[in-house]
Amino acid sequence: MLDGSVYLRRELMIRFVRAFYDGTLETELDRMPVAMRPRQGGSSRCCIYRDRAVIKYRLMNLLGFSCEEESDEARTLASYYREACQREPRKADPDSTQIPLSVCEAACSECPSSRIVVTGNCRGCFSRPCMYNCPKGAISIVNQTSTIDYAKCIKCGKCVSVCPFHAIVKTTVPCEEACPTGAIHKDEEGHTTIDPAKCISCGNCFARCPFSAILEKSQMLDVLRAIQGGQKLVAMVAPAAYAQFAGTIEQLFTAVSKLGFADVMEVALGAEKTTEHETREFKERMNEGERLMTTSCCPAYVELVRKFLPEFMKYVSTTPSPMVFAAELVRAEHPDARVVFIGPCVAKRMEAIRKGVDYVLSFEELGAMLAGKNIDVIGCEPWKLPRPAIATARNFSKSCGVTEAVIQEAGGFQEGFKLDAKSINGIDKKTLAMLRLYAAGKLPANFLEVMCCPGGCVNGPCSLRK
Amino acid sequence: MKKLQLEICCGTTCFMLGADKLLNIENEMPSELRSRADIRAMPCLGLCNDTKLAGAPYVKLNGEIIEKATPEKIYEKMRALIAAWE
Repeated sequence: MLDGSVYLRRELMIRFVRAFYDGTLETELDRMPVAMRPRQGGSSRCCIYRDRAVIKYRLMNLLGFSCEEESDEARTLASYYREACQREPRKADPDSTQIPLSVCEAACSECPSSRIVVTGNCRGCFSRPCMYNCPKGAISIVNQTSTIDYAKCIKCGKCVSVCPFHAIVKTTVPCEEACPTGAIHKDEEGHTTIDPAKCISCGNCFARCPFSAILEKSQMLDVLRAIQGGQKLVAMVAPAAYAQFAGTIEQLFTAVSKLGFADVMEVALGAEKTTEHETREFKERMNEGERLMTTSCCPAYVELVRKFLPEFMKYVSTTPSPMVFAAELVRAEHPDARVVFIGPCVAKRMEAIRKGVDYVLSFEELGAMLAGKNIDVIGCEPWKLPRPAIATARNFSKSCGVTEAVIQEAGGFQEGFKLDAKSINGIDKKTLAMLRLYAAGKLPANFLEVMCCPGGCVNGPCSLRK
Repeated sequence: MKKLQLEICCGTTCFMLGADKLLNIENEMPSELRSRADIRAMPCLGLCNDTKLAGAPYVKLNGEIIEKATPEKIYEKMRALIAAWE
């Protein structure tokens, strides 16, 4: 079944959109926390009051404000709404350091730091593998029970793996474990916080927090208002959308257009251009005798290199991403339109600000908009695509998809160098170490595809179905 | 053998709130129930509009509405209906 936190997040989005279309959003906003967690109903957390607080902050994020922006706790959501309605369309900012994620303190459980714990299953056995295998001598037997001296313990986990009773466990902090760069941590007061200087906007913490305490700043209201205000908006749907909704991709496009978009386009058409450009760039670089080129379509990966491996940046391709090419295509056809990228990615929100893509919606937000307007994807007529994107371009959303597209485009590479393609499928602490080895030239490859999400964009943090 | 009609709403609201996971129900169903059900994915049944939204995902079993449907709720209802027939 759908997990409780995902259900709440989506339910809230749908209610939000319905109230928007009903024209009652401003008055309903402050009632929603109570309506969704009435006194008679049960609570998902410790009590309904905490639930309501969390709902309030989620709504704030849906209005486009992060929790950290709160300066007055008593301020009403209606007042945030009014401020959101005054918001100007944002301008491209190539040097933006904004991150799209924030921690909702009310939702965060402030999980205790990771440590090794001896549970009640310890039988104080005679062979004591925990004690003999501990490299730091941190374990002794006190009162017939294995006991850890935390001054010595380095959390290596050796004792966890050798205990025949599975009596020793390592507790974890899911967000900290999920974060590949150590950006999410506890501040001096013990509150979880994200360091913008280290965050690569991958969204791993957002996807993995069991309390759903990491929120992404939404632009959904801005899109809804722009459409309602008669603005010309064109939707660009990422290739990862192909199995996200009931119905075909052509039906989904019709559904999207019914929301009021002037046109709907496949981002995969941009991926075709990325493929051509990437292949050309790769051949040029190899012919110039370069050692390695890596892909650049995953914005979280590029950000990782920018922040943690700057000396590796010269190996990252300069080819624009499918989103950027797709936006160019849209603007060529509709010079007066604003472009909306719809995808499963958190990091695209950051890339969009830098590259001048006006809005980003997640698949969840798209789903909520469709649900809020009672648009049934399987009930829609198929959309007439001017021409379907080629299969390899649509496959960009899967791991190794870019590599396959480049191989096909190049037609075998008969030009004096041999393609040695490798891929990093998902960025975590381990693959980050691998990446450092590639950077140092200690692992062989001349074409390296890096996808931040394991399996590719289809498993992005804002995917509807994984 | 008389079969139960199980309709799973695949309107966007229900789909987002868990119906896509219910679509697997045919494979997960206990074998004694599987042969007793005709399972169909339906376009929006229109239930999320007039009742409170929090009821999604909706399914209909022989016309009877099940709110916030889970496989367990569905099996329980199916067993009750089968028992009433026999």
